[in-house]
Amino acid sequence: MSNQHETFGKTMTVVLAVCLVCSIIVAGAAVGLRSTQLANKEKDKQNNILAVAGLETDKTISEVFSSNIQTKLVDLSTGEFVENVDAAGYDQRKAAKDPAQSIKLSAEQNVAKIGRRANLATVYLVSDDNGQLQRIILPVHGAGLWSTMYAFVAVKADGNTIEALTYYDHGETPGLGGEVQNPRWRSLWVGKQLFDTQGKPAIKVVKGQAHAGSKHEVDGLSGATLTAVGVQNTFTFWLGEQGFGPFLSKVRQGALNNG
Amino acid sequence: MANSNELKAVLTSPVVNNNPIALQILGVCSALAVTSTLETAVVMTMAVIFVTSFSNLFISTIRNYIPNSVRIIVQMAIIASLVILVDQVLKAYAFAISKQLSVYVGLIITNCIVMGRAEAFAMKNKPFPSFMDGIGNGLGYGFILILVGGFRELFGSGALFGIEILPLTSNGGWYQSNGLLLLPPSAFFIIGGIIWVIRTIKPDQVEPKE
Repeated sequence: MSNQHETFGKTMTVVLAVCLVCSIIVAGAAVGLRSTQLANKEKDKQNNILAVAGLETDKTISEVFSSNIQTKLVDLSTGEFVENVDAAGYDQRKAAKDPAQSIKLSAEQNVAKIGRRANLATVYLVSDDNGQLQRIILPVHGAGLWSTMYAFVAVKADGNTIEALTYYDHGETPGLGGEVQNPRWRSLWVGKQLFDTQGKPAIKVVKGQAHAGSKHEVDGLSGATLTAVGVQNTFTFWLGEQGFGPFLSKVRQGALNNG
Repeated sequence: MANSNELKAVLTSPVVNNNPIALQILGVCSALAVTSTLETAVVMTMAVIFVTSFSNLFISTIRNYIPNSVRIIVQMAIIASLVILVDQVLKAYAFAISKQLSVYVGLIITNCIVMGRAEAFAMKNKPFPSFMDGIGNGLGYGFILILVGGFRELFGSGALFGIEILPLTSNGGWYQSNGLLLLPPSAFFIIGGIIWVIRTIKPDQVEPKE
């Protein structure tokens, strides 16, 4: 640490050399480990899908995915299945950024504050071992307080009753908004109805406690009002006309019963 | 070159005698955040040991070339690279744990222990003793982390490493878990208790009255 190293040239040389070596290490690690990380992410996603699929089975994850879970694409504007696009290779998050594969939501449509919405959405159809449709798993997302929150909602084959909910990716404050992951809170959703008798989205995250026996109300999260509002907005959007509304209304009329 | 006794002292003194958390009160923030279960505490310990030891080693190796005027920046560049490396490896090979540790792996960069040891020890000592000093301080940090993590998981959720030790009343057992221990402030109380015990045993650590 003596002063003989303090010339401008030497300082620059050392700093540049250190930066170069460090950046090579960091870049090398990021590139080299990328495929493993992506595989982990994919597996994590499949695990989360299984968590709401409600299948009791001793099969491995990949076996369940090939035998009990069908990945399908839905055209959100019509609510019809799309068969001519490869569902397994479809990346909804990427598609939402591509102007050719998504629409920009107008200010009043943009309830969930997601900006753009992909035209096609992935849904997962869960069948039991006899091929009987058990649950429909819908991926939804919307802005919370700090982050976009990603969740899977599992709905009964009637297209109305919630079977399970899981938030699998979010950046809310642990212990407050992060409580969307709390199993006790998530279990409050089970059995609630998404739509009222007129077919309007009716699920409601209330501030404080839901009324006892209510079919549509879920307790809010104390200390996380804005996250709870985000959850509400997410559901309002994805159950509405721009979301899974058309698809779910077809499901409620029995579109999936024969297939 | 330091003889083996000195080396041993460099390695072991930070564990109790000169513990970075208990005596120097450094790195407390992450100690509160990652100690709700033993598993995260252990992984965090390993990550910090890796970062402190190798940052000390590299900084010490080039200490005679680091220009004094920008030494902190050079140290930070090395520390930050090592932390990113750890973060990437955890994401690839321990995904579940890296999700639990979330931002706290990245925050090792700001952990005062790493920076403190680089500045106080590695800049003045040869590479090997510096490496040992890094391991020692990482162990000292980990010692407290594992004590706190073990205590919190055992009495907060009745388990160690996720294996049930005390059957909880909610699962039909007899142990009513202490919810406070799952919240970060409890780590404050436990660390306070540990400092009290250490200073009772070793009165020379007590600061003189002002």
